[in-house]
Amino acid sequence: MPEFITELLTNHPWLIVAIKVLGVFAVVMPMVAYSVVAERRISAFIQDRVGPNRVGIPFTNIKLLGLGQPLADGLKSFLKEDFTPGHVKRIYYWMAPAVSMTPSFIVFAVIPFGSMLGMQKMVIADLNVGILFTFGIVSLGVYGIVLAGYSANSKYPFLGGIRSSAQMISYEIAMGMSVVPVFMLAADPAWRDGLTSDWKAYLEGTGLLNLSSVVAYQSDSLFSWLIFKQPIAFWIFLISIFAETNRLPFDLPESETELVSGYNTEYSSMRFALFFMGEYAAMIAGSALMVVLFCGGWTLPFGEYFNTPAQGLVQGIIHILVFIGKIAVFLGLMIWVRWMLPRFRYDQLMNIGWKRFLPVSLANIILTAIVLWAAA
Amino acid sequence: MKVKRAKLSWLERLYIPSILNGFKVTMRHFFSWKRSEVYADKQSNFAAKTTMQYPEEKWPVPTGYRGAPYLVKDVDNSTKCVSCQLCEFVCPPKAIRITPPGRDGDVDREGAEKMPEAFDINMLRCIYCGFCQEVCPEEAIFLLKDYVITGENREELIYDKEKLLSLGGLDQRAYNHHVQEGVDEGIKKWEKKTQDAKNQAEFH
Ligand code: SF4
Ligand code: SF4
Repeated sequence: MPEFITELLTNHPWLIVAIKVLGVFAVVMPMVAYSVVAERRISAFIQDRVGPNRVGIPFTNIKLLGLGQPLADGLKSFLKEDFTPGHVKRIYYWMAPAVSMTPSFIVFAVIPFGSMLGMQKMVIADLNVGILFTFGIVSLGVYGIVLAGYSANSKYPFLGGIRSSAQMISYEIAMGMSVVPVFMLAADPAWRDGLTSDWKAYLEGTGLLNLSSVVAYQSDSLFSWLIFKQPIAFWIFLISIFAETNRLPFDLPESETELVSGYNTEYSSMRFALFFMGEYAAMIAGSALMVVLFCGGWTLPFGEYFNTPAQGLVQGIIHILVFIGKIAVFLGLMIWVRWMLPRFRYDQLMNIGWKRFLPVSLANIILTAIVLWAAA
Repeated sequence: MKVKRAKLSWLERLYIPSILNGFKVTMRHFFSWKRSEVYADKQSNFAAKTTMQYPEEKWPVPTGYRGAPYLVKDVDNSTKCVSCQLCEFVCPPKAIRITPPGRDGDVDREGAEKMPEAFDINMLRCIYCGFCQEVCPEEAIFLLKDYVITGENREELIYDKEKLLSLGGLDQRAYNHHVQEGVDEGIKKWEKKTQDAKNQAEFH
């Protein structure tokens, strides 16, 4: 690296953060775009259709299996009329799409999406309270939807907004409870002594609730992944993520069949596209959380090269790719489930949230505590 | 009325069996490349599912289909239309405009008394009702197979006599397109009408 760049970066550490933010954004946005394409293609295949397979490289006849579709989608939403109905509460109406989209992007700030690249840890903000931060931010997402429902000043969005607030609150509790056992295991200071010196250097100065530390806990072998150690917690967390991101079978705020389009009924053009992007960004953020908390983050249990912090550039990039690959698996699952299960009735949704998941996750906490106590 | 709800077993209430079943069903559809029976004759293209890849693949147009109305010629390659203007009169959306030749108008062959000086059909107005074909005493206008009618401006879609004649082609072809049951070879309009009238008279 040229001298002056190194100097610039050491003198202005914020530049590094800015570069990381841009990098994450540059990866997440295409992922959002292509998960929409994946959604449409997979749904089409499940329903014996073909899906969008036409748009390829613009102005040529090259179709690339429809991979140019995001371009067309984006252009279309830009060219649509941005219509504000007369009866809306304007300020909230304008705010809502942004409020629903930003939290899903902020979540990426604390997620360790790779090990090292150069001398930098591949996480934007290495917070010691990473998971608390995520829960705090994720729960902000509901405000966008509630605001949209409230500001639209008409019945369907309003119903969507109400449903969303109730749904999000109930599932957030189950979700929060379900990860407690994860940290009960990962926050045991003892296991850190067994780590290699690379890992020790990597985790220098991080707290036990740090997400990188959870990754380190799972780096050992396949069966140290918390998905195997805490299957119940994983199951509840997975389903809560579905509910948090408004995906079927929990898409009650939107439920096209009964509420037209739910909370975003009154939106058009780019504003609608923002909600859409927010939903998919939230899916990606949720998948990233699942990967970090339960599936070993960027590590793979295939030996040193994959499960210790990277020394070189290539290794660092491979770790990032592993992480993205794992996210893609979860995205595929979420998309698949959407075209597989019918929507829950509202009372069933509440029933599952409060009467099943909450007690089960509490029981899981107690069970884990007993096991830990017995082992100690 | 009280709807009887089936009592679910403990396993069923866990939703897990039905979720697994759902996976099975969706997997089966995802990986089935067989095309539906509708396109059975094009089974060779296994890459596609039930969706018809429209501009490349097209529906076989059935006989009797009412596509765009065109003028036809007879075997001597002469215009059959005699400019009686019945079709212009009957056309509900007024898509047809005929300029009659007047008293001493030209005809392009011997023996013909009259033929239209200009004959325009506005394809943007036509509703493919088939009344023109029904009313024409000379069997000179037919609704044929074309259903893709596109153009870049409105003028382009007003078809004039030359265009209509060249698109229409021979009358035999048009008859074959309109083969009807009970009538042997294509349309023999008046025969059929007479028969219908007789049948009706008997019926009363
Ligand atoms: S098909 Fe009907 S609408 Fe079309 S030209 Fe003939 S009479 Fe007119
Ligand atoms: S097409 Fe038939 S109905 Fe129309 S003017 Fe000619 S002869 Fe008459």
